[in-house]
Amino acid sequence: MALVVVVDYGMGNLRSVEKALAHLGTSDVIKISGDPADIAIADKIVFPGQGAMPDCMKELESRRLIDPIRLAAATKPFLGICIGLQLLFERSEEGDVPGLGLMLGQARKFSPENLDATGVKFKVPHMGWNKVDICRAHPIFEGIDNQEYFYFVHSYFVEPVVSETVIGETTYCNSFTSAVAFGNLVAVQFHPEKSQHAGLKLLSNFLNWDGQWTC
Amino acid sequence: MALTKRIIPCLDVNNGRVVKGVNFVSLRDAGDPVEVAQRYDEQGADELCFLDITASSDERGLILKVIEDVAEQVFIPLTVGGGVRATADVQRLLKAGADKVSINTSAVLNPGLVKEASSFFGSQCIVVAIDAKARPGVNSGWEVFTHGGRNETGLDAIEWGLRMQEAGAGEILLTSMDQDGTKQGFDIALTRAMSDALSIPIIASGGVGVAEHFVEGVLKGGADALLAASVFHYGEMSVREVKEVMAQAGIEVRL
Repeated sequence: MALVVVVDYGMGNLRSVEKALAHLGTSDVIKISGDPADIAIADKIVFPGQGAMPDCMKELESRRLIDPIRLAAATKPFLGICIGLQLLFERSEEGDVPGLGLMLGQARKFSPENLDATGVKFKVPHMGWNKVDICRAHPIFEGIDNQEYFYFVHSYFVEPVVSETVIGETTYCNSFTSAVAFGNLVAVQFHPEKSQHAGLKLLSNFLNWDGQWTC
Repeated sequence: MALTKRIIPCLDVNNGRVVKGVNFVSLRDAGDPVEVAQRYDEQGADELCFLDITASSDERGLILKVIEDVAEQVFIPLTVGGGVRATADVQRLLKAGADKVSINTSAVLNPGLVKEASSFFGSQCIVVAIDAKARPGVNSGWEVFTHGGRNETGLDAIEWGLRMQEAGAGEILLTSMDQDGTKQGFDIALTRAMSDALSIPIIASGGVGVAEHFVEGVLKGGADALLAASVFHYGEMSVREVKEVMAQAGIEVRL
């Protein structure tokens, strides 16, 4: 029986993530916590987040979570979701703040200039269901079709420096990275907890994953 | 390969029960929010919108239980509106499992609310609902109404939309009071004007009668998402049927 900690740092709706994990009927213990001690003893970490990146970094700092998260991200199966993906990188254009610096690259804002296929300008945030092109096989995509739809809500996207870490790509005005992985670390821009069957499958895959992956 | 246009069924909830004739075959309890939500989820709804129309303030907490129960079973985005007056209301709904909260009358009465709520919880969870009616007296030709369309505000609907975008709204739920209930289709001119003026997504609402109206809402109105209630509830068409018609018209939908 593994302990899965959903990291609470005061940013966003963690209930959705917790409910989706609980719905999988796992024997794992799912715990929402912002306590560094829980993060230290957890077997797996889910790192969600919503809102603005500068606020997220401020909350992580004031709750003394930066080092515990860095350590967890380097040592145990770790799933970042949405801002939880962007925070892993070096910088974000949002507020021009540094991130956790675990992955090389930065988060940039969508700046749409063209019109979409229906003649409407691209709106920001990128909000709704879009396809994920699985460009590298990964255990969290096990049993999920390529080009499956997932639910997105975000205005910034990451540009990883190391292309081998990109496992999923999506197109919205430009092609962008929607999933990354490095060793025991995996992170997605979309919300699996809100992406119906495919999302639940991805979460289930994460719970079953041993944290091993090489690109 | 692109972002799909969303179809959002809207459920009216009174005292914790779904009202306004949900007419699915084989539904054990047409008033059970969980059962109705599951049915729409199976049909391929992209999100669900719950409008709390509970009149008595004593019973208003019931919506929280509804959202908690639905959020345990249905894993698509849930928007809740109706009676949201303060940031604390937004927080309660999000905590219960809502992904987005829709603010209508209170956005007009308390102009700081949208800014405060969006800076606390993020723009992604703040929807501003605008009920608009054609009026010659305002610049764009559409005026904002509150209190379910009863009270005029003197506000220009498009200018109001721009102000709410500035305040941090993540999207606009735009209802045409003129078209609502007519089954004659969305107000295309209004939807187009709002969609062209704003840079955030627009959900069109009010007036759907046939599946082709959804197609028009996207191709002519420029809507990013489309909300409807009665056509789905009375079983006149399913979400899937609507999406098939949209796909045939070349619109990307999640099927």
